[in-house]
Amino acid sequence: MFTFILRRLGIGLVVLFVASYLMYLLTAYSGDPLADLRTSTALNKGQLIEARSDLLDLGVPPYLRYFIWLGGVLKVFIGQFTLGVDPTGAQVTGQLGAAMTSTLQLVTLSEFLGLFIGVVIGITTALRQYSGYDYTVTFASFLFFSLPVFWLAAMLKQYVAIGFNDFLAEPAIPWPVIIVLSLISAVVWQGILGGSWAKRGLTAAVAFASALVVLWFLDASNWFTDPSLGPIVCAGIGVGIAFIVTALSTGIKDRRALYSSLVTVAIGMALYYPLQYVYVDASVWTILLLAVIAAGVGILVGWLFRGPDRWRSARTAAITAVSLGFIFFVDRAMGSWQVFATSSFVHGRPIATIGSSTPQLNGDLWISVLDSYSHLLLPTLCLVLVSLASYSRYSRASTLEVMNQDYIRTARAKGLTERTVVMRHAFRNSLIPVTTLLTLDIGALIGGAVITEHVFGWSGMGALFNIALDKVDVNSVMGFFLVTGATVIVFNLIADVLYSALDPRIRVS
Amino acid sequence: MPDKNNDPERDRLGPVPSTNLEPGMDANVTGNEQTSIEMRDVAGLSQGRIVFRRFVRNRPAMIALVVLVLTAILAYSSVGIDALGLRIPGWWKWGWNSPLPPVNGGEPTMTLWPFSLGEHPFGQDPVGRDNFANVMRGTQQSLMVIVVIGVVSTAIGVVLGAIAGYYRRFIDSLIMRLTDVVLIIPVLVIGAVVGSMSQNSGVKLGSFGLALFLALVTWPSLARFVRAEFLSLREREFVDAARMAGAGDTRIIFRHILPNAVGVIIVNATLLMAAAILLETALDYLGFGVRAPDTSLGLLISNYQESFSTSPWLFWWPGVFIIIIALSINFIGDGLRDAFDPRQKRKIGRRAKAQKKALIPVAVREP
Repeated sequence: MFTFILRRLGIGLVVLFVASYLMYLLTAYSGDPLADLRTSTALNKGQLIEARSDLLDLGVPPYLRYFIWLGGVLKVFIGQFTLGVDPTGAQVTGQLGAAMTSTLQLVTLSEFLGLFIGVVIGITTALRQYSGYDYTVTFASFLFFSLPVFWLAAMLKQYVAIGFNDFLAEPAIPWPVIIVLSLISAVVWQGILGGSWAKRGLTAAVAFASALVVLWFLDASNWFTDPSLGPIVCAGIGVGIAFIVTALSTGIKDRRALYSSLVTVAIGMALYYPLQYVYVDASVWTILLLAVIAAGVGILVGWLFRGPDRWRSARTAAITAVSLGFIFFVDRAMGSWQVFATSSFVHGRPIATIGSSTPQLNGDLWISVLDSYSHLLLPTLCLVLVSLASYSRYSRASTLEVMNQDYIRTARAKGLTERTVVMRHAFRNSLIPVTTLLTLDIGALIGGAVITEHVFGWSGMGALFNIALDKVDVNSVMGFFLVTGATVIVFNLIADVLYSALDPRIRVS
Repeated sequence: MPDKNNDPERDRLGPVPSTNLEPGMDANVTGNEQTSIEMRDVAGLSQGRIVFRRFVRNRPAMIALVVLVLTAILAYSSVGIDALGLRIPGWWKWGWNSPLPPVNGGEPTMTLWPFSLGEHPFGQDPVGRDNFANVMRGTQQSLMVIVVIGVVSTAIGVVLGAIAGYYRRFIDSLIMRLTDVVLIIPVLVIGAVVGSMSQNSGVKLGSFGLALFLALVTWPSLARFVRAEFLSLREREFVDAARMAGAGDTRIIFRHILPNAVGVIIVNATLLMAAAILLETALDYLGFGVRAPDTSLGLLISNYQESFSTSPWLFWWPGVFIIIIALSINFIGDGLRDAFDPRQKRKIGRRAKAQKKALIPVAVREP
């Protein structure tokens, strides 16, 4: 295993070296880095040209200048790492760091959401193959697959952002809209849950009624101007989470797991009011610490419930605890919404279409969380819709493949429940193709959010590359390339290692 | 009666592992009574014939094919052809680059009921150019890009993948490292660099040049699939037999192995073409592709995104045509994949299920 990783890394470095040389030459010959100075009318034009030539070693031809740059990179071994300077004399490393942070913020969330929703959709469509739900989702994912990102982004800006902001200014849902939305919910739910016509009808009726009540309540209580969940809704959601997590993780028949989840939810609810004081001066670290504590409490409760396999209960309770903690987090953030939306910097139009944060907006953690949320909403939606398509297609295909295997038939034949068959036997094996896609996608996304960043005015890696290429700023382009290229290589390696973790039959060699 | 999940119906996105469809072969793949019923259907037919029949029966794919052909006919016949110095006018009255006096504030004149096209069915841009002509010209460009990438990229990918998979050893690792080098540079990035290179040096790349260039950097994924296919096919008996009969390497590669890998090639080439149209429009959008006075769908969207709120039709139509083309190619690709997958069975309708029930007693039972 170790030699395998070393060998792959070695090959990767050689590939990166050749590719970077190619990239350097292409960029260097793509234009004249002195173009803006040559046409300038400054009196000291000659001096300026000379200064920049010295700064960037423009006297050296590109095929040799590469090695000056490479020398700077290789100094990493003696602790003097440099990626060179841009035409203004600033270090590329500094800019690159800022751009990376901003892009990672954008990409991480959308990648996670796209993967999660995509896999859920893929598995459910595979289990309900050739149903109306399957056909609809398949068509939708082909449609998203064929959408040009920039076009989708502009549509989202126009209709979602502006439309939603208009709605928030005057939040009232007319009755026809409520009824149509409830009908849609009814159709979708009966499609997902399936079953006999009687069961479908029941599902549809329940979904219709609950959507109707929830929407009516949201509308009547002016929820959209001052959203909150409150302890009662939190408790309700908590119990719901406890049941769902138990059903998926160990099966609802495992009473110990169910009770430990429910006890965890009870402990969480008992702490609801005391926690409000902790939130006042909270920082990101406080939140992370609370999440770890929640997981710990969950594990402890599950552990104390004993039983033949106590880890099952511990795992279930820990997942429940962290999910409930997330609901608390959302609840608290919603509490700051009115302050945020009516602040003088936001002007009552909270959903932003440009940039990654509101300038000059100061506030506590909750305000900045809402600010990031409102800025991330559109670009994330855009990236999720596009990546959703391929994840759901791949996981659907691989789940279908796995469900036809002999070991699934064996599992059914020995009397395992459908949940155990799907979650323990099929799920893990169907993840293998998705892993490949995910690891390949991350490399591509970090470099490939170029268009999304362009449309939404994010100053991330894509913008860095675009501006640098425009100015023939070779060092910045190479900095960008080095990061994306190294990511691709590392994640390819991770994919290979993950295969053998997911499927022990695959040996790396 | 097997339950629903035991049916050998499946669809796959990955490479198709085995494409040589000899009748009787997939009987032992799934060993299900349904297979033998399907086998009656295809007994005595050649592989090409079976694939063709499966494809024709796939309704979404056939609709997509018809839509694509109609789009191409519309695009090329309406504004005519302008390539290689050849200029054939089409039946549409306006060209894509002639400013006209605005009619009705440039709004689209097309009405669906009663149906009439009017002077400018898709509207006019702020300068008065006819949007329909613009979109048609852009569609032509996109179709041309698809064809060029489909042909050139597939040819490179197939030849390199075949050589790597057939000869293995040194030449294999050399070619695979070359694909790694090309894969590691994001295509969008390399396209942007070349676009800006042509812009700065004053050489007009044009959409044909752009397409050729994109073909030069999009082949690696195909080469990988072909290589994997060749690695397994070269170990098969029919290759040994051909070699015993005295066939040379070239003959074995092109006459014996390649026809067996054609499924993987066609499917992946289709998907590559669908990705290519989005790539080309994205490059145009970023300003690194086709430039005025010529036009393309991506360029149209990029030009008019500022005027979205005042004249959205300038923005809608190019996008709609990109989606039409990409969507139909994706559906065709999906249909081809199903057609080439020997284990793929068509959905069994109610009538077929009833028929199957009736057939089970006489059909071969499960071993």
